[in-house]
Order: sequence, then C-alpha cells, then structure tokens
Amino acid sequence: MVVLSTEELSGLAQELRADSLKMIATAVSGHPGGSLSAAEILATLYFKELAFRAQEPSWPGRDRFILSKGHAVPVLYAALCRAGCIEEEELSTLRSIDSRLQGHPDHVRLPWIEAATGSLGQGLSVSVGMALAERLDDENNYRTYCLMGDGEIQAGQVWEAAMSAGKFGLAKLTGIVDYNKVQLDGRVANIMDLEPLADKWQAFGWHVVDVDGNDIDSLLAAYDSARANNEKPTVIIAQTIKGKGVSFMEDTHAWHGKAPDDNELEQALLELGVGAAQDN
Amino acid sequence: MAKATRVAFGEALARLGATHENVVVLDGDLSCSTNTRKFSEQFPDRFIQLGIAEGNMVGVAAGLAMAGKVPFVSSFACFLAGRFEQIRMSVGYNNANVCLVGTHAGVGTGEDGYSQMGLEDVALMRSLPNMVVLQPADAVEAERATEFLADYVGPAYLRLTRQALPDIFDADYSFEFGKGIRLREGKDLVLVASGGVVANCLEAAELLAADGVEAGVVNIHTIKPLDEPLLREVASNSSRVMTVEDHGVIGGLGSAVVEALSEMPDVVVRRHGVLGYGESGTQVDLYARHMLDAAGIAEAARRFLVPDVEALATG
Repeated sequence: MVVLSTEELSGLAQELRADSLKMIATAVSGHPGGSLSAAEILATLYFKELAFRAQEPSWPGRDRFILSKGHAVPVLYAALCRAGCIEEEELSTLRSIDSRLQGHPDHVRLPWIEAATGSLGQGLSVSVGMALAERLDDENNYRTYCLMGDGEIQAGQVWEAAMSAGKFGLAKLTGIVDYNKVQLDGRVANIMDLEPLADKWQAFGWHVVDVDGNDIDSLLAAYDSARANNEKPTVIIAQTIKGKGVSFMEDTHAWHGKAPDDNELEQALLELGVGAAQDN
Repeated sequence: MAKATRVAFGEALARLGATHENVVVLDGDLSCSTNTRKFSEQFPDRFIQLGIAEGNMVGVAAGLAMAGKVPFVSSFACFLAGRFEQIRMSVGYNNANVCLVGTHAGVGTGEDGYSQMGLEDVALMRSLPNMVVLQPADAVEAERATEFLADYVGPAYLRLTRQALPDIFDADYSFEFGKGIRLREGKDLVLVASGGVVANCLEAAELLAADGVEAGVVNIHTIKPLDEPLLREVASNSSRVMTVEDHGVIGGLGSAVVEALSEMPDVVVRRHGVLGYGESGTQVDLYARHMLDAAGIAEAARRFLVPDVEALATG
C-alpha cells in the first residue's frame, strides 16, 4: 500500500465525510453526526493502520475491525469503497431493499463486515473473542480494533468485555472510543456521564491513550502506542466533535440520526470542500 | 445407568477435546454445575472462564466462532435465555458457529426454584431463524448430540437436565439430526415428548395400557428443525396428540408441534407442560405437582381423552 501523508489522510477523511452525507441524503435516512466524528479514525485505520486485502475479505491474516457503533456505518462503507473493497455505484444503495449496505453493518450480506452490530454494547465482546482466537494459534498474527461510541459504553456489557480483555491481557486488541460528547437524546454528560473515563479503563486493566480524534497524527501516534504495549489491551479515547466538518451539524444531537435535504447537502459539501470534485 | 444429560455432555465434550482441536469451551462460573469442568482440566488452554457475565460470554463466543473456533458456551438455560439480545445479534444474525448449552432445564432443576429454571429458553431459541434446538432424552442421546454439534456448522442450542434420567437407548444408538423417534406405537393417542420427560411418557403409556388406552410415544430430540413428516404421520394415525415437556407451555415443543400440525383439520393437539412460574421443591415433588411424572402424564392424557375413555367404558 502507498504510504499516505498526513495531508492526504486528512483529505481522505473529508472525502469520507462527503461520501457519508451523500449516501445518507440519497437514502433519506441514516446517522450523519457519528459518521462525521469518526472520519479521521476510519481514514487512518483503512489507509494506514489495518492490514487487509481489498479483494480477499476472508484472508486469515487480516487485521479485524469491528464497528461497534454500527449506526456510523456510512463512514465505514465510504472507507471500504475508497479502499477498493466495494464499488462506488453500490454506495447509493444504502438502506434500500436487497442492498448489501444495510442500515447497520451486516456480516452475512457484506463479507468485509467482521461482525453485525447496531444493537449497541456488543462489539467489544466479539472483538475480545477474535483477539482470543488469534492468541490460541501460533500461526495467527493479526490485531483487532473495535470502534465504540461514547453513548454506547454506557452499556454494562462493554465493561464486562473490558474486564475480560484486561484479565486475558489482550495486547493485540485496541478499542477506540469516539468521544464526541453527544448522543441521540442530548449531551452524554447529562444523559449518563462517563467521566472519569480514562480512570475507568485503567481500572479495568487497559493501557489508555487520550488523543484528539479528529487529528491524523495524534491518531497515528496512538496506534503506535498501542502496538508498543505488549501486556495490556489499549483504549484510545478519541476526543472528537460530533458532526465534525459541517458547521450546522457540529456538536448537536439534532443531526444524530437525520438526513440532510438537497440544500443542506449542498451546503455541507461546500464546507467540506470536496463536493464539486465528487460530482465530476 | 441413570445419569443427567449434563453429565453425559461433560464427558462427551472432554472426549471431543482430543479429536477436535478447534473446540473451545466457555463458561461463566458454573463449570462444576454444567460439567465443563472435565474439559477445563484436560484442555486448560482451550477453556475460557468469563465469570458471571453471560452477555459478554455470548459475544466472545461469536468472535471466536467468526475467527474459526468451535465454541461451546455453557451456562444454565435461563441465564442463556436471559442474554437473548446478545444471542440474536452476535450469534444468530452473524450466523456464527456457536453451540449454546443450557443446563438445568425446567422444573426438574428442583430446590433452587424459579430463578434457576429454564422455562422460556426453547421458545426464545427456536424463534431465531437459523438456530437449531436439540434436547436429548437420556445420557446416550446427550453424548451423541454433543458429538453431532461438534461437527455441525451454525448456531445451535443444546438443552440439558440437572436431574439424572433413566436410560432409554443402547450404547450403539445413532443420532439422526432432525428425525423424531417412534418409541412406542398406539392408536388412541400419541405422546410427543422431548428431554427429561420422555422416559416418564414411556411409563405413562404402560399405565394407560392398563386402562385399555393405546398410547404411542415419539421422542423429539431435535425440536428445530422439527420432524414434520413423522408428526403428520403419527397424527393421522391417532388424531390425538399430546405434547409433553418440562418447559413453559408457551412457545416450546408444544407450540412447535401445533404449528406443524395446524393445517390438519382432524387432529387435536394438547400441550402439556409447565403452567406459570416454577417453584422450589424436590424434582420428584415438582414433577408430581406439574403432572410431569408418569402418573401425572397418564392422568393428563386421560383427561384429554375423556370422551374416548367414556366411550370405551360404555361401549
């Protein structure tokens, strides 16, 4: 794979945002806020960090990525498309009948999806299972990444999974919390505060890295820190902005699960600075 | 020799560990009760202890399965059923090759009372489109079912008893997935049973025979997929079917049989099982209370057949 510069990865993140919004607008439903906040995370994972083969989804040596916050799947489909796994035409089928691009990730329909998610709180457990399986056989050598929402980790199962990963010392498991501070009903801090979040993960036996999750270099440094730790699972607390990149979608729950209309999409693409290029 | 199906499962699993390197076993602080302890001692590297956190355990199993392992997840039936959300999403929807093993089926659990009794598990598990549901009737059948599941690919549920069950089958018994077994023929009614009550049905059929009632007995070890051709055949022969199970009467074997025979206009099906919530008591007392012992099953059958019994008496 060509090594991309920080600027190129930043540009890709913007492209993923634009693709996500276009998909959601075409589907007339979907979740823009949490897709936009995670764009740099997906860009750095799929274009720098993860080992995978675009045309061989079941390659045993691939790194596993589980999108536990399944509602942000448009940004994952966008990344899979840019990475050459799925065709661009398919993106416009999001959420329509017979599409492989279900409203939430579907492992059976789309082989690049490692696990079905969308019922929140379950992805980290599945990731623990995959990381355990990796360790059971000497011939295995892959890492497992799990992207969680901040609201999602209010679920008790996440902490059951965190406890088990800590117990087993799953150093090749990396959790990422997309800490955009906003969930469907409002601000996370008001609905069910997570703080002190780093302390919680540390108490469960995790190596914690707290970074600007909308900054490419910070994320890349966090992945390096995770790789360097051979004893504990790592959680990257990615401080992000919900709806990042589109002024009227930023830091509000209003755009958690609402599709932009034509005018709003046009405005959003203009702000992202990639709209015109995409239409050509 | 009388043996609980959970014990037979644990022995079979420990044997399978040697021949099936991909088998891993997950337990949540119940390995002494579910009988996965033996496997854990022989194959400690492939035994994963996850503590009292069954939701996570189910998800971990799904992850292991999707990475090529063959996980057996054991807990009490009620605790697995309680994690239905994880089972539907992480196991079922992913079509993950996970074998869920629920022990302590029904009121046969005994003294511990309702909180430990699996009484809704079959209803929940069979509601998932790709989940197969097995319930052996004795130790030999439990061993064979366990062996079958080690090679079966797809989501599966195995339901086992806490209490010891009398032997029904010989050591050379061969398990045929999806096939009901006619254990006894009878023209007046057929008892369609599964699990720990099958032996009691055979005994009940003897009691009924003493009254002049000829009762057939069918063992359904595979509740899903159900052997519908066999059920239609026995139903057309006797037209009276009584299902018998140590499970709530809503959604279990009885419901499955009713669904299968719903388009046979001349067949009447009675569902005999547990009504209401369970309670504490010895297994023997509880089977008497819920009419799941031989005398209770025979009495339930007589009540079902009242018009026919009266006809016999006057005819």
